[in-house]
Amino acid sequence: MENIVIHTDGLTKKFGDFTAVDHISFDVKQAEIFGFLGANGAGKTTAMRMLCGLSKPTSGKATVAGFDVYRQSEQIKKNIGYMSQKFSLYEDLKVRENIRLFGGIYGMTDKQIAEGTDRMLDSLDFQQERNTLVKSLPLGWKQKLAFSLAIFHNPKIVFLDEPTGGVDPATRRRFWELIYDAAEKGITIFVTTHYMDEAEYCNRVSIMVDGRIDALDFPHNLKERYHAGSMDEVFQQIARKAKRGDN
Amino acid sequence: MKQFFAFVRKEFYHIFRDRRTMLILLAMPIVLIILFGFAITTEVNNIRMGIFAPSNDDLTRQITDRFQSNPYFDLVAFVTDPQQIETLFRKNEADIVLVFEEDFQNNLLHTGTAAVQLIIDGSEPNTASTINNYTSSVLSYIQQELAGTSSVSGGFAIVPQVKLLYNPQMKSSYTFVPGVMGLILMLICAMMTSISIVREKERGTMEVLLVSPMRPIGIILAKVVPYFCISAFNVVTILLLAVYVLDVPLAGSLFWISVLSLIYIFVALALGIMISSVVDNQVSAMLASAMGLMMPVMILSGMIFPIENMPNILQWLSNIVPARWYITAIKKVMIEGLPVRFILKELGILSLMGVVLITVSLKLFKNRLE
Repeated sequence: MENIVIHTDGLTKKFGDFTAVDHISFDVKQAEIFGFLGANGAGKTTAMRMLCGLSKPTSGKATVAGFDVYRQSEQIKKNIGYMSQKFSLYEDLKVRENIRLFGGIYGMTDKQIAEGTDRMLDSLDFQQERNTLVKSLPLGWKQKLAFSLAIFHNPKIVFLDEPTGGVDPATRRRFWELIYDAAEKGITIFVTTHYMDEAEYCNRVSIMVDGRIDALDFPHNLKERYHAGSMDEVFQQIARKAKRGDN
Repeated sequence: MKQFFAFVRKEFYHIFRDRRTMLILLAMPIVLIILFGFAITTEVNNIRMGIFAPSNDDLTRQITDRFQSNPYFDLVAFVTDPQQIETLFRKNEADIVLVFEEDFQNNLLHTGTAAVQLIIDGSEPNTASTINNYTSSVLSYIQQELAGTSSVSGGFAIVPQVKLLYNPQMKSSYTFVPGVMGLILMLICAMMTSISIVREKERGTMEVLLVSPMRPIGIILAKVVPYFCISAFNVVTILLLAVYVLDVPLAGSLFWISVLSLIYIFVALALGIMISSVVDNQVSAMLASAMGLMMPVMILSGMIFPIENMPNILQWLSNIVPARWYITAIKKVMIEGLPVRFILKELGILSLMGVVLITVSLKLFKNRLE
């Protein structure tokens, strides 16, 4: 397959005797929206940390944006964006200052930052909130802003770790419109989520159980295979096999 | 580099926008200096003195005049009946009563000795001993003077005079200023740095920074820079207050005071980083700094309690408190005006502590990331 941006082969991470991630292998294509599902403690976060260059795998192979996770974590970091549910932005900084900070951290020039800021605020219709402190924005807005910042430096891949926690379905849908826009521009989306309605929005979905990937396919294929009406039912059937509890 | 400055600017925004942080950083040094300088003092002023002089001769009047003109003493009563002495104390009208023996002048002139009894309110032992010292030194001074001018030569036993070096009036601000410097710098650098690093962990922003191309060491350095600047600024404020408000002399080299302070700030920052890598939330960071750093500074550094009077184990323990070496060295340079060769030991120990601590803290910090 051409244009593979994430490739893993037998990727494993052990903490002592405990195998958090157990030989996972998958490929993600460019501009794909890849849903990475699993119950708490299934190993999602550990796998994602390895792909982001934050922790070294115990064994197996993985490349992200063409760079090796063992040796080239610096290059990986330059080519990815990241957003988590917990993070959003610096609450005591203004919208404009947050943008400038992250632009600066990713080594963008002042000119690029200024132009990018205008373009981003226009498209989000946020121009009038330029000088507002982030803490006084509603949660849904913060998340949209955080996502826009995660792709501000034009990364090849953006990792979203439960990006829409705590917001209502309508806001979530608007958030996903941004994700589709980004995918159309060629950015690959790697997203973990608890919400099964979101799993339906993904191009392909993988479900992790006890450190292994138990299922990986298009959502409609998975539903067919498990004779389920929704992704939620698929997930329930697969996750029931888990031996590890919540941690 | 640009990345680094973008981050430093953000740190300054955090500080300037948080009123509590600003208060701690800028107002606390001033408040502490004023508090320790004026309110908390071991000096005893306005000692209320009663005098009982049955003979009421020239000599006792001369001595009485001396005490009357001394700013530390207030003569509150001339007792005529020994019974009244007890009443004075019981009514809490006097701190000390000076009792001359009968025929004081005659005895002194003819036998060479005469007794004065100092009756002191001992309910506050420290105050009592200070009063005792003051009074005895005034008396011995008078005694020496008499010996010099008297026609009777060799008639007076000369009591050895206690001369207090460097702080003849025992001004407590002299000893407190170096102590407060040690305390404030430790507090600001260690506590504020650890809180600000832990806050990023707590809010989840640390994750985002770690995924960014910014190196962990860069994040830490950028976090530390603003606190370093503010601490340096505080050193200047404290010194100005000390010299112009508390009249503490700046006897030694300003250059070496600055060098010492910068090394000490560095040690404190390293401690802050260390705390931030072992705790998970802001409250524990604050507790760890308060219990682990502030208490030792207050108790074991010699700032309040003299180290020589401590049990051996505490003396030994005080060796690992950086503030102890800093405060000792600052006293030497600032108050005693000693040249740098007298503080080489302290400089060496503090530098060594700095190097060891920063190595350990960065190691811990990196380990925590894995």
